Amino acid sequence: MKHMLKYILKRLLIMIITLWVIITLTFILMINIPGSPFNSDQSSNETVQANLEAHYNLDQPYYIQYLLYIKSIVTFDFGPSIKQPNQTVNDLLSRGFPISFELGIITIVLAVISGILVGIIAALRHNGFLDYLTMGIAVLGISIPNFILATLLIQQLAVNLEIFPTATWRSPAHMVLPVLALATGPMAIIARLTRSTMLEVLTQDYIKMAKAKGLSPWKVIFKHALRNALMPVVTIMGTLFAGILTGTFVIEQIFAIPGMGRYFVESINQRDYPVIMGTTVFYSAFLIIMLFIVDVVYGILDPRIKMHQKGGK
Amino acid sequence: MERILEVNDLHVTFTTYGGTVQAVRGVNFHLDRGETLAIVGESGCGKSVTSNAIMRLIPDPPGKITKGSIIFKGQDLAAYSEKKMRNIRGVDISMIFQDPMTALNPTLTIGTQLMEGLKEHKKITGSQAKQKAIEMMDLVGIPNPEERLKQYPHQFSGGMRQRIVIAIALICDPDLLIADEPTTALDVTIQAQILELFSTIQERTGVSIILITHDLGVVAKIADRIIVMYAGKIIESGSKRDIFYRPEHPYTKGLLNSVPRLDAKEELKPIAGTPPDLFSPPKGCPFTARCPFAMEVCDKVYPVSEKISDSHQVDCWLQDERAKQLMAAKSLQT
Repeated sequence: MKHMLKYILKRLLIMIITLWVIITLTFILMINIPGSPFNSDQSSNETVQANLEAHYNLDQPYYIQYLLYIKSIVTFDFGPSIKQPNQTVNDLLSRGFPISFELGIITIVLAVISGILVGIIAALRHNGFLDYLTMGIAVLGISIPNFILATLLIQQLAVNLEIFPTATWRSPAHMVLPVLALATGPMAIIARLTRSTMLEVLTQDYIKMAKAKGLSPWKVIFKHALRNALMPVVTIMGTLFAGILTGTFVIEQIFAIPGMGRYFVESINQRDYPVIMGTTVFYSAFLIIMLFIVDVVYGILDPRIKMHQKGGK
Repeated sequence: MERILEVNDLHVTFTTYGGTVQAVRGVNFHLDRGETLAIVGESGCGKSVTSNAIMRLIPDPPGKITKGSIIFKGQDLAAYSEKKMRNIRGVDISMIFQDPMTALNPTLTIGTQLMEGLKEHKKITGSQAKQKAIEMMDLVGIPNPEERLKQYPHQFSGGMRQRIVIAIALICDPDLLIADEPTTALDVTIQAQILELFSTIQERTGVSIILITHDLGVVAKIADRIIVMYAGKIIESGSKRDIFYRPEHPYTKGLLNSVPRLDAKEELKPIAGTPPDLFSPPKGCPFTARCPFAMEVCDKVYPVSEKISDSHQVDCWLQDERAKQLMAAKSLQT
């Protein structure tokens, strides 16, 4: 337990450093994009522009601006949006994030559970009809980009067959298509990986040993095989989270879902600096925390992985 | 003595893309209570397949018991359903595997792995199961059992792990223990300790043991009777004395000659050649191609089993009266 605490503290420190690097890089990239938030304003003359810049501290030297950004992050107050009048970045985040989070979490849960189940079934029916069928579909799932799949789903299930609503995010029925479009890729990847690791694990001696104990096939698979087969799956989970996260931007756009993705993309196009910083920091922090959870789960699944670095006992 | 196991005319095949492998081709043997039977032979001779067939652990497909019976305490296991078989495995017949490093699940504690068989088959409370587990750990010689039950396999050495595997196999008090190369993956000093442990356990529990090995040193130490297998057939069987002091089959003699000896002055004599292809096993004696005494008949007809004594049996044409005369004539000529 003491090791665990020490490990978590250490990881926390590393997470903060990672976040700082991301913030700094984003800042450097941001100030290097040509243009400013006020360029497209037809009404602005030089005085107005100077006043606006002064209002948002954009007239300050870069290092002052940088320090101000750091300050806003530490205090979790990203300030007002430049482009969306009367709205702070925090407002945007608190409105958009729950929706994006919902979309992301439902997608992840669906992808992980069904991916693992399909993988197990395929492994148990190795070289059988179900194996070929599911893995064939999985190859399709991996190769078709989610935005193509999204439009196909809308065309077939929403427009032609009218089973599900076309867009927006109001009821569970509205969620089906965007979640399906977003989850198919990760699901296929997880299914294929689970299948291959499961096949490998099933040939291990300890599986034979479990059978030799007279355990039921159910116990052999779920108690002895699955836990070991899931290690590689957990490992790629971090990457999949990142993929789903960026996937939400696209999917939200296609299905007109009022999540965070819209602000993220729009803020960059409009040079809405506080929103860019706010969304970036928020997403990075979220992803870093998810990766941390993956690592902790990994340690729980496999007792050989120690939560501290300096050797065993 | 009570006869605990009788294997009659056992045939096992594996169907592959390349054809059907006849891994075991008509094996007959028996085992009494409290007895240790060793099955020896080189890789691929069918000894492990035979033992897996008794446990009905041959993956089907591709493997299949095509013929024969496995009578265990009066019941034919070959005809048992998979579900009925589950109540035999781990309870009446247990198995120990070759490599203790891979036979234990790395993600479960020793305690869980020890007790799960017990909990599966016997109506028993958690604390009773734990008590039994501690008892077994004691029996196989693991210190601080209570504490070590909470540990994971990677926290044990190879020898310790094999002790745990043995404890797992014995926890439901089986009548028959099948040990498939139990010492092959261990270093020599640990090997001796584990063999010692087998003897102690047999004394205390009266369990019958089938020992699968290619190591004649191990056999000499603990076996009562020995079966020599070659290309899916039993070519010679007898008591330990029969096989070590009066081997009759050229293959058995070859095996004994290829055991390294501390006092040997000459080089080791390996048996030249390789075993036959079991996709299409030869009609006659499978050892013909490697046999220094091969005769014309050997290649054509499989020899009749000759009983040399009550315990000693061999499948070889050299035992035939006519061959004996021929050999005698040959030795006169030279």
